[in-house]
Amino acid sequence: MNIKRLNWPLWLGLVVTLAAFLSYFFVFVLFPFTRDFPWANLVLFVIAGVLLFMGLRHGFASDRPHPTRSKIVSSIVGVFSLFVFAMFVFVIFVGGRSLPASKGAPQVGQRVPDFSLPDTSGRQVSLDELLTTPINGNRPKGVLLIFYRGYW
Amino acid sequence: MRSIERSLNKFSEAGIRPVAISVDTSEDSRNLAQSQGYTFPILSDRNAEVIQRYDLAHKGAGIHGEDIARPAEFLIDSTKTAVWINLTENYWIRARPEQVLEVSKLLK
Repeated sequence: MNIKRLNWPLWLGLVVTLAAFLSYFFVFVLFPFTRDFPWANLVLFVIAGVLLFMGLRHGFASDRPHPTRSKIVSSIVGVFSLFVFAMFVFVIFVGGRSLPASKGAPQVGQRVPDFSLPDTSGRQVSLDELLTTPINGNRPKGVLLIFYRGYW
Repeated sequence: MRSIERSLNKFSEAGIRPVAISVDTSEDSRNLAQSQGYTFPILSDRNAEVIQRYDLAHKGAGIHGEDIARPAEFLIDSTKTAVWINLTENYWIRARPEQVLEVSKLLK
């Protein structure tokens, strides 16, 4: 393949699209600033969109050495990239919202249920113990309970 | 939980002990703590009993269709009263340490 005839905006657009999708889960999710709203990823998707638009125009130009193949390839890349973007929007804005309402959860001002559960070494730890075991020699003022989905 | 670990000194200064709870086994939690460098307590609620008592069960949402916890944070004072809660509507959005540390100033 002649490197000068390579439709580089199209392929670069595809690479940036994939990077925009994957970087959220491997990089941007680590920082609250880029996790709570995925603006960094949306910026990458916009850049990918501009590149893909250029690539599609190039692919549909009349001076391509293989006009039919060029149109088919750039169309497939364009549709696939759009699909990746749609997946991202779905996973973050729709999938992330599929949570139960938890109307019966303790509310501000209410006492929370007691519990005793094993820690990472298998030792039973109670809420009373968590609230009384000193932190740096002082009695704790409180406990922050963090419920999470799990490692899997 | 990464940001909680990064702010752990500030939590200790404020007299707040972070505690994480999930349905993972103690062994899985130990591996998680080791790989991520978490030093706060991580408790294992294998059958989601405590999670159900707090009405936080996300039915069938585990990889094998088991019940798991929906993400939630509760700041509890020394009388076991909730002084601040965060029931996120989107699991990509979690409580930030600064929010909790701000509220913790109200604790006696």
